[in-house]
Amino acid sequence: MTDRGLGKKVRVKTIGCHGFCKQGPVITVEPEGLFYCQVDKKDINEIVQSHLIGGKPVERLFYVEPATGKRISKYKDIPFYKGQTKVVLCNCGEIDPSSIDEYIEKGGYDGLKKALLEMKPEQVIDQVLKSGLRGRGGAGFPTGLKWRFGRGSKSDKKYVVCNADEGNPGTFVDGAILVADPHAVLEGLIVAAYSIGADEGFVYIRHEYPQAIESIKRAIIDSRKKGFLGQDILGSGFSFDVSIKEGAGAFVCGEETSLMASIMGERGTPRPRPPFPTDSGLWGKPTCINNVKTLATIPIILRRGVEWFSSIGTEKSTGTAIFSLTGMVKNTGLVEVPMGTTLRHIIFNVGGGIKDDAKFKAVLTGGPSGGCLPADKLDLPVDYDSLTQAGTIMGSGGMIVMDETTCMVDMARFFLSFTQAESCGKCTPCRMGTLEMLRLLDKIRSGNGEESDIEKLQEIAITVKEGALCGLGQAAPNPVLSTIRYFRDEYEAHIRDKICPAEVCKALIKYTVVPEKCIGCGACLQICPSNAITGKKNEVHVISDELCIKCGACLEVCPPEARAIDKIPAHEGAGH
Amino acid sequence: MQGLSRADLAEQVIPSLQEIQERLGYIPREAITWLADKFHLSEQEIYGVASFYSNFRFTPPGKHHLRICLGTACHLQGGDRLLAATSERLGIKPGETTPDGLYSLERVACVGCCALAPNIVLDGEVFSRTTQQSLKQLLDSIDRQDKGAKKSEEGSQ
Ligand SMILES: Cc1cc2nc3c(=O)[nH]c(=O)nc-3n(C[C@H](O)[C@H](O)[C@H](O)COP(=O)(O)O)c2cc1C
Ligand code: FES
Repeated sequence: MTDRGLGKKVRVKTIGCHGFCKQGPVITVEPEGLFYCQVDKKDINEIVQSHLIGGKPVERLFYVEPATGKRISKYKDIPFYKGQTKVVLCNCGEIDPSSIDEYIEKGGYDGLKKALLEMKPEQVIDQVLKSGLRGRGGAGFPTGLKWRFGRGSKSDKKYVVCNADEGNPGTFVDGAILVADPHAVLEGLIVAAYSIGADEGFVYIRHEYPQAIESIKRAIIDSRKKGFLGQDILGSGFSFDVSIKEGAGAFVCGEETSLMASIMGERGTPRPRPPFPTDSGLWGKPTCINNVKTLATIPIILRRGVEWFSSIGTEKSTGTAIFSLTGMVKNTGLVEVPMGTTLRHIIFNVGGGIKDDAKFKAVLTGGPSGGCLPADKLDLPVDYDSLTQAGTIMGSGGMIVMDETTCMVDMARFFLSFTQAESCGKCTPCRMGTLEMLRLLDKIRSGNGEESDIEKLQEIAITVKEGALCGLGQAAPNPVLSTIRYFRDEYEAHIRDKICPAEVCKALIKYTVVPEKCIGCGACLQICPSNAITGKKNEVHVISDELCIKCGACLEVCPPEARAIDKIPAHEGAGH
Repeated sequence: MQGLSRADLAEQVIPSLQEIQERLGYIPREAITWLADKFHLSEQEIYGVASFYSNFRFTPPGKHHLRICLGTACHLQGGDRLLAATSERLGIKPGETTPDGLYSLERVACVGCCALAPNIVLDGEVFSRTTQQSLKQLLDSIDRQDKGAKKSEEGSQ
């Protein structure tokens, strides 16, 4: 830029996640709000020459709306963005996350100043309570109430913790916020500490997020320099500081009592509650634990007022819901909508519908603790209570869309194998129950299922739900129960007909070459890792059932003009 | 370490293990003994903590560390099939290292790039929208590099 004499006219900055991951890498040009997507290194030159110097935007890099084929220049006009309400994510993709000054320019730390200099802790808590904010970590507990309990506990020492463990596989909201807007989270944490009277805090963050760790580390240092952390913050007499604790790869450590055990250097196993952390937490002292999104919402509530905030969303679930939208949907990325928005709006308007215009089958929220909802639940409003009633949970922000290529039995088995492996083993219902359910699901998937297995699964599921010590076990059966509830016919197809309708379960399918279609190009033979394919050049190829490991590589590389590889039920046709 | 309480010492166990793994790539036996000594805890206590967390490994990783994401988004889009093919190609199961010490294979539950699934991580670098074809090409190119490096080493001797 400087080389071209644009040093003074154009400012280049790096931003955090803009949300539309599917179209990455992206470049935005402000103040026009122009949006270039899927930009390559080679394209940069053209953008600089044509747009920045010549004043002529590079149209070929604009977003193409799939439905109409029209190019859209401004991101505000793209349906993916138009359908959203950015409240907590308002800074994400707008500011340079490594610059505390940019955050302050946007009104950052105003909320903290207001709280520390103009309000008593009780007043802050009152405001948070009135806002109706509920914990975004999954359980939806009113944040103001939690803080009131924390405030009420008498102790010489108290702690606050930001829960950034985000162990839910398939979710990246908290990590993205920490990368794109770390100061918002930090500001929320300082306000939380002031409210309950803590002088020490931790950010417990997932080891798999190196960028987020860097980002929050830097934010802490900059914030200290500006006097928002440390002794006598802003001359208010309140002192507080934060340190970072990295997780070490245990899903259960997202659960608050396990998380505390992990911070104290122990095995991260949960313990029964009560006592609740706000009474007895880290080293026996009152501890208030909040999720990243919960904390990032606090500064906005203080800045823009309780009335404004609670006007968004529904009566019982105020504010916005943030999801990482992934799976078989056209537009994947980070999405924020008012609570109460329907699943249909999120998936079809914001998400643009199903990939390759395939048929929608199910949507999952809440990850391994949640459930799958079918098409007739698409008009369900997304709020804590409606989702719970339908058999899933709001969870901590994963929304995964599935089409007809997803097998619901396989999905249930996938989550159960996850929770089973992550079960800490402390309580019997979770340790044994999840294992037994996993065995039954494996039996069904392998084509050996019996009619009674579905009832057995349900029985064990209820026992685990009721008997498990912590939320991991209590919620582990949810994916199984919800898939049986809504997709029982799929279980029955596996059991009665020995068929996997989605053609996923390996024992029930096999790959074959359709002789009439094979052009003998040899692509499949070359990629097959198990040497299961034979055939001479230009002759029909054959897959050996014995050697095939069903990795599907052949299907992927078979040229589109041939499409000679087919997945068929395992018991169909004689083996070669 | 004088003047520090048992709780203060315990708090340092996990960060210390993380630092050792960061530097050596795994937690050797001797490190456990050393930490036990340093923190006045038993070896069982240190190992008990270390083995609870899946990030810690107790055998050296291969020269190339390949991790295949089996988080929900990646599973849905064929992560397990990528793993099956890789496992077959390398002749090892997840958690193992090839006998020649070149590759270690692991599964990982989400690396935070779910929107671009399926993802794999090779030597710390994330590769998104992986296909069987692109994965094969990636491993082929690494094999070639390694062979080339070996040849030039032999040549210079
Ligand atoms: C198995 C399990 C895993 C959890 N993982 C997380 C997590 O990754 N992040 C999180 O914020 N809360 C997680 N929670 C919820 C926490 O226990 C706790 O409720 C939450 O951090 C409180 O913050 P909030 O009130 O702001 O939601 C998990 C709970 C369970 C049972
Ligand atoms: S599920 Fe693979 S990156 Fe998240």
